[in-house]
Amino acid sequence: MILKEYKYELGKIERGYNNRSLYINLSDNTIKEKEVTQFMKDKFIGGKGFGLWYLWNAVTPETKWNDPENEIVIAHGPIAGITQYPGSGKSLVVTLSPLTHMPMDSNVGGYFGPYLKFSGFDALELQGKAEKDVIIFIDGNKGIVQIMESDIEEKDSHLIAEILTERFAKDEEDKKNVSVVSTGSAADHTLVGLLNFSFYDIRRKAVRLKQAGRGGIGTVFRDKKIKALVVRFEGTKGNLNNAADQGKINRTGIKLHREICLLDDKQNRMRKIGTANIIEIMDQYDLLPTHNYKFGSHKDTYKISSDKFQARVTQGLPDGCWYGCSLSCAKAADDFIPQTGPYKGQKVIVDGPEYENAAGLGSNIGVFDRDGVLELNFYCDTYGVDTISFGTLTAFIMECYENGILDKEKTGGLELYFGNKEAALELLHQMARGEGFGKIAGLGIRRMKEIFIKEYGADPDFVNDIGMEQKGLEFSEYLCKESLAQQGGYGLTNKGPQHDEAWLIFMDMVNNQIPTFEDKAEALHYFPMFRTWFGLMGLCKLPWNDIVPENNKYTDEPAKIPEHVQNYVDLYNGITGKNIDKHELIRQSERVYNFQRIFNIRMGYGKRIHDKIPYRAMGPVTEEEYLSRQERYDKQLKELLGLDPENMTTQEKMAALRKYREEQYEKLTDAVYARRGWTKDGVPTIEKLKELGMDIPELIEVVKKHL
Amino acid sequence: MKVLKKNPEKCIACHACEETCSKLYFKEENREKACLRIKETDSYPEITTCTQCGVCIDICPVVALSRDKRGIVRVEKKKCVGCFMCVGFCPEQAMFMHDDYIEPFKCVSCGQCVKVCPTGAIYMSEE
Ligand code: SF4
Ligand code: SF4
Ligand code: SF4
Repeated sequence: MILKEYKYELGKIERGYNNRSLYINLSDNTIKEKEVTQFMKDKFIGGKGFGLWYLWNAVTPETKWNDPENEIVIAHGPIAGITQYPGSGKSLVVTLSPLTHMPMDSNVGGYFGPYLKFSGFDALELQGKAEKDVIIFIDGNKGIVQIMESDIEEKDSHLIAEILTERFAKDEEDKKNVSVVSTGSAADHTLVGLLNFSFYDIRRKAVRLKQAGRGGIGTVFRDKKIKALVVRFEGTKGNLNNAADQGKINRTGIKLHREICLLDDKQNRMRKIGTANIIEIMDQYDLLPTHNYKFGSHKDTYKISSDKFQARVTQGLPDGCWYGCSLSCAKAADDFIPQTGPYKGQKVIVDGPEYENAAGLGSNIGVFDRDGVLELNFYCDTYGVDTISFGTLTAFIMECYENGILDKEKTGGLELYFGNKEAALELLHQMARGEGFGKIAGLGIRRMKEIFIKEYGADPDFVNDIGMEQKGLEFSEYLCKESLAQQGGYGLTNKGPQHDEAWLIFMDMVNNQIPTFEDKAEALHYFPMFRTWFGLMGLCKLPWNDIVPENNKYTDEPAKIPEHVQNYVDLYNGITGKNIDKHELIRQSERVYNFQRIFNIRMGYGKRIHDKIPYRAMGPVTEEEYLSRQERYDKQLKELLGLDPENMTTQEKMAALRKYREEQYEKLTDAVYARRGWTKDGVPTIEKLKELGMDIPELIEVVKKHL
Repeated sequence: MKVLKKNPEKCIACHACEETCSKLYFKEENREKACLRIKETDSYPEITTCTQCGVCIDICPVVALSRDKRGIVRVEKKKCVGCFMCVGFCPEQAMFMHDDYIEPFKCVSCGQCVKVCPTGAIYMSEE
């Protein structure tokens, strides 16, 4: 049944912009178009910038994630939808997160973003709450938007996406023109729900899913009673953006295709294995999170190494999550047969695994079992559970279980010790059913800590030390104890400890390229800004540094990959006809980055106190951890602190190391804030905002109170 | 299958083949729009031709490349989304892009270039 239909004039994209967006309110079924103004394009560029700006205008400091005012905004960006440069089809999703109560942003592949753009819109705003489950359909060729009551009984994404692709495509050939956004049953019962964005894999003849994983966006989606979003657009071509200089874009793309063709096999093997290529490398460098980030390696890692996955995963040919991605990290394991749960015994496709999943669902919870990882991965995705949060929170639960904070009685019979694959799977199934201990687990680590302290009498110091969350978001899957810069890369972020702002472990720890505080601060300024830019444009980060030109190491700044930075400058200029350089690129990001920081402050967060990280991220919390790497730690006490470990107890040594490391983090925070133009409390200064042209009255009003 | 083959030692780089090809294909004498390329070097000219190997077929994300009845690899322009991955991944560098078009183009083994080559530096061969 159609609840509301809206017709709009088809338009033409001009130099990367439609100059309008689509607004839908589900409380009263309003559908309308909004103008994308020059102001928005100048200050916020697109993608995540637009998402944050719309959200800013939709909410107040009091708005909660489940208030009707909260929005989910999906936006791509001016470069998105080109087919020539690898990684150009990303959507950015922004909402107030149920985990952090702050704006969350997530970068996701699949065809929805580009098709939304070709259908005529630079962003889609979803506000309000429907009474009953609804499906929203955009027909990008006819110019029709419909809100309809959902008649779909299926509750999980792999089925929902398949049914709707089938329904809205004219025929088999047309399926590639349909993209579905949906989530699964766990998004109804947990705060860690994700969104699945689909694309149709014409060679496998199957619907594939890519995840907007972090921060509970799927939970908000279901709170609004949205069952699915569907877009259909027929007629994709390489020039629909009406770029100012298409030739420049084509040449830039071909150059990178060639580079990938010649070098990927020698470098990261992204086409063959995808991001899982680094599992054993992380283990080698003692960086693979193991048993809730206690350790960085494990003797059984070989059981989940990339070749084990490759044997299972890469059937057929490399594929990308949007046209033109020759880096093609989007892997899938075909004909996988789950051993548990509602889809037990059925043949399914598992998208991935990506590195994060192999680490989070594998080593971090002690499951050194390839098929176990794949099964957890499949269920996380289709249930709509963020794999990273699931891995990290399960690891936390397991450590609590092994320490007696939890027991079988409290978990309803689940023996959640490290490595218990069956228990981890059952926990996940409970999340999907909204039952038992799964309901508590689904609240995320921050809330579990409160419950364990208040109701189970857990030692607050201990759970706060080992609970790997910050700002309410679970850490992603890198061990950062030995890299101060990466501690900052996790801690000094806007949305929480996700490595997409800065991944500095190798630069810092392995290659020792940023030894001083100033060096680290510079890196923690430049890289988060540079990476923010992908989110403004609708781009993927991987083709920036998961492939590098052959001569990269001889350039002045190899870590930045100067040639690729220039590619991005060329793409932006090629699309928009403007003439920015690599410095203006960073300033574009700085505007949005500072805006997001101020948005956090406006919501009551975003200050220095919120940038602290749990000690597990910095050093050994337990004797077991200390002793396992005793040589390393003793040496540091001697060399860095001039102490004599021979004459100290382990407890004394741990205390001395902790004091030192915590001070280092504070010093780093000072240096980074100064470099970013923030006060010691982490508040952007008015001078900084002026310098960026972001001295907008409503921003000044927020920061003024905190200076 | 008839494949265009080359013999660079015989090539005098008169570029007649390129001009003929672009004229036939795009109604314009423009070497940048030819489906084969002759490049002067210090030694013999470098001749770039398609071997019809089919590597590009598997690269294409929309299956716009396939073999026709003669076994020749063809671009189906209607399906093509202009990603130019095939251009980057062709081992012979024989798939081409020109700013005027949003689809790539390649040799279809028609043999017209062979007819104008004065020295026999390119020829058709049954493979
Ligand atoms: S590198 Fe992977 S994630 Fe990035 S665009 Fe390509 S296929 Fe998608
Ligand atoms: S264009 Fe290149 S890849 Fe395609 S058939 Fe010819 S030589 Fe092979
Ligand atoms: S340019 Fe066209 S023919 Fe070549 S790979 Fe891309 S879509 Fe296929």
